[in-house]
Amino acid sequence: MNAPKVVVVGSGPAGTRCAETLALAGLRPIVIDENSNNGGQIYRRQPENFVRTYSQLYGSESDKAAAVHSDFDSIRDKIDYRSDTLAWAVSENTLFAAERGRSVEIPFDALVLCTGASERVMPTLGWNYAGNYSLGGAQIALKSQGCAIGSNIVFMGTGPLLYLVASQYIKAGANVAAVLDTSTVWDSLAALPKLLAMPSMLWTGLGLIKTIRAARVPIVHGVQPLEITGSGDAGVNAVTYRDKRGHAHTLECDAVALGYHLRSETQLADLAGCAFSFDRRSRQWIADIDDKSRGAANVYMAGDGARIRGADAAEVSGRLTALTLLLDLGYAVDEKEIKRLRSLHARYERFANGVTRAFPWPIEHVRNLPNDAIVCRCEAVSVGELRDASRGKQADEINRAKAFSRVGMGRCQGRFCGIAAAEIIADATQTPLAEVGRIRSQAPVRPLPIAVEQ
Amino acid sequence: MNGARFTRLAEQDRQTVTFFVNGQAIEALEGDTLLVAILAAKDHVRQSEFGDGNRAGFCLMGSCQDCWVTSESGERIKACSTRIVAEMRIVTETVNLK
Amino acid sequence: MKTQSSDVIVIGGGIMGACTTLFLRQRGISVTLLERDRIGQKASGSSFGNLRRQGRPISQLPLANRSSALWAQLSESLGAEIEVELSGHVRVGYSDRPELVEDFTHYASQAAETGLNLEVFTGKELHERFPFFGPEVLVGSYSPNDGHSNPRVVASACARAASANGAHVHENMAVTSANKVGEDFVVVTDAGLGFTAPSLVIAAGAWSNSLAEAFGEKIGIVSRGPTMLVTEPAPYFIHPCLGVVTPVEEESIYLRQIARGNVIVGGSTRSPASTSTGRAIVDPKNTLSQLRQLRRLVPALAQLNVIRVWSGVEGYTPDGMPVIGRSEREAGLYYACGFSGGGHQLGPGVGEVIAELIDTGETDTPIEDFGIRRFNASTG
Repeated sequence: MNAPKVVVVGSGPAGTRCAETLALAGLRPIVIDENSNNGGQIYRRQPENFVRTYSQLYGSESDKAAAVHSDFDSIRDKIDYRSDTLAWAVSENTLFAAERGRSVEIPFDALVLCTGASERVMPTLGWNYAGNYSLGGAQIALKSQGCAIGSNIVFMGTGPLLYLVASQYIKAGANVAAVLDTSTVWDSLAALPKLLAMPSMLWTGLGLIKTIRAARVPIVHGVQPLEITGSGDAGVNAVTYRDKRGHAHTLECDAVALGYHLRSETQLADLAGCAFSFDRRSRQWIADIDDKSRGAANVYMAGDGARIRGADAAEVSGRLTALTLLLDLGYAVDEKEIKRLRSLHARYERFANGVTRAFPWPIEHVRNLPNDAIVCRCEAVSVGELRDASRGKQADEINRAKAFSRVGMGRCQGRFCGIAAAEIIADATQTPLAEVGRIRSQAPVRPLPIAVEQ
Repeated sequence: MNGARFTRLAEQDRQTVTFFVNGQAIEALEGDTLLVAILAAKDHVRQSEFGDGNRAGFCLMGSCQDCWVTSESGERIKACSTRIVAEMRIVTETVNLK
Repeated sequence: MKTQSSDVIVIGGGIMGACTTLFLRQRGISVTLLERDRIGQKASGSSFGNLRRQGRPISQLPLANRSSALWAQLSESLGAEIEVELSGHVRVGYSDRPELVEDFTHYASQAAETGLNLEVFTGKELHERFPFFGPEVLVGSYSPNDGHSNPRVVASACARAASANGAHVHENMAVTSANKVGEDFVVVTDAGLGFTAPSLVIAAGAWSNSLAEAFGEKIGIVSRGPTMLVTEPAPYFIHPCLGVVTPVEEESIYLRQIARGNVIVGGSTRSPASTSTGRAIVDPKNTLSQLRQLRRLVPALAQLNVIRVWSGVEGYTPDGMPVIGRSEREAGLYYACGFSGGGHQLGPGVGEVIAELIDTGETDTPIEDFGIRRFNASTG
């Protein structure tokens, strides 16, 4: 019997641990990576000619980053690693990929999606100007390129990344104007019991706040973002927000880092036939995954691409998914290890639910966005156009609103506007959010060159 | 304003690489992505097709698709996911297909 | 069971049903439109949006010409932006089929008799006129007054206008049975509602088979999905719609660029489609072969990226011709279905002709060739 052909997409913490577990069991998985080297976004490697140390780059997480890198390096000859490769479609047990500009078709017996997360963003009036970046983008500029996104930066949004990236910028010597958080101190307190599931992680989080405060950078809770001012030519020049007492403030800046926690990257899962359900806690659509980490018959999901649980949980999830897959394939597996990983994962899950509670998606702010704010950056569709299309043309379902207004129709296929657009439609048409639905994924997962070699 | 958008904070002791933006020679550092190379000298990388001004990327991780730039020969390049190479010739204005 | 009565029931809220409803209301006839999903959501909403007359069988041209006149003022009469762009259409042939030069010339002379004027260009003249064509393109037939529109918004705009003018439009309501009881048709839906009317129009696209069978008529529509894609925006440089004439399915692509810059491409190899799921999935292999053909037709497009693909459930008849007009077996029953991937341009014309037939009992537009008779004859 030929060894089963397993394809792992992604080599962040989940993909790395999954590939490692499969390789150690004697399989030779194909690992597809859009990046040039493993690590994913969280443990993204800096270019070879850069000299900063792991501890400079990854701080408290440096040991984990080093392990994810070196463990991957040690299995390189046991896996078929395809870097700089875009998985753009799935059909009939075949993954369609573009490997450095060349189209390849990769048949599989099992597919493991470790596709990670991207930022959930709330649009703000002016967020389309040059100088706005996602928090993750701001972090990549610093970690993998040694740059700050501007010379005077406002961090705005909510979620752990808001504090993590702001503190990393401060430590690197960047000028941070303020940290503006839409969540309140009450939100953090309410989340505390769940956050205590992982005391060390909670402690790390508090350390970030200490770093920011020590640099005398103001942290403002409970803000309502009003406007990012600037011009189409010169980009961002200030942020205006309202504090919890209702007073408006303006902060000059030349860059804004924005983000409101994370969302799973699920387009491949959707194309591979996984079903999705609305999750009321996160107000997002998440893949239905069975107790074997399967989203469809031979499609497995691990890490933040399956559920937003963070990098440590992603490593556990990657291992766990590989073990359950091995079991399905008829390999002997240490069931005690599966049990141990499951119980560890459950703790991360409790902590992650605490994070979701501590940094809630600011529903009211999204729904109250002004009509002239751009909601879809790719197609420059305004909130008002979306409201008109959904209300006037009775599009209370997001794919219909997309058809009428072009929201989510651009190059990113609604990754960065879909969640906010759904809230706006729900509000404009007085429809429960779950009934507004989610943008159906279509290939290609990322833009595919017409010139792709075949 | 057409100055630098990004500020270099570390790793500045690298070999320089010369490339061109709108015909103007620019020095970048080896290991820069094309996005960083441009934004360490300029404040945008392209124009929105729909009239709302200049764009300078957003997510830097290949997901948002905001940083597609055009080479002088007409090739589309995702700037955040492309390493700078000497003699690259980039245009930040919208150009007709060739 | 509660029943609602009107003069006409239209089943199917695609462009055919929506236009029929619109024109029936313009004649003051009361009408109920029943759509199993949302208006214009299936084939009509996922189609290419071609307003192409040339290349249709000559027998379709009087109807297509009538439709063309309606398209020219449809946006204005609906009071809605449906993005009608009458920027021309070019049918082309490649150099490995030189016989197309004569075919195009012959077609142009026949089309002129119906009022459709075409110009045929070859060689250098063609490439000077349309410099974006690849070197393999040998001949082009140019139809200056054809063009395209936005298929995602047309049917719903027609239905909204009809509704504003008094039509009863019901969405998310699937028909579970349709019968004739005495002088009236009785249509029952999955929501338990009943509708009665002396006239019934079947305009349910790929879903029309079982409705026709309920009245003893068999069309044999097969569902297929077009392979569609759209590129990222680029400066507007291809003004007319383009389409390749070839017997080879993979080569048969068509494209249009919208003023916003995106290039929309359809045709080439089609995929299976399902009326039970209501979806058609694009086979990535078909997208790849479509890209090869695209580079051949307009090489400059190789600089762009594809940003999305899609498909939809279209209904194809055995002979590729639509079914338009009266039932052969049941008085008061009409068909407007089976457009086989080529219905968009005909929509307003078909709607007006059906409305005219119902209202006056006759129409000047020749539609005999599209009667259901041809399928009844073959099935006995």
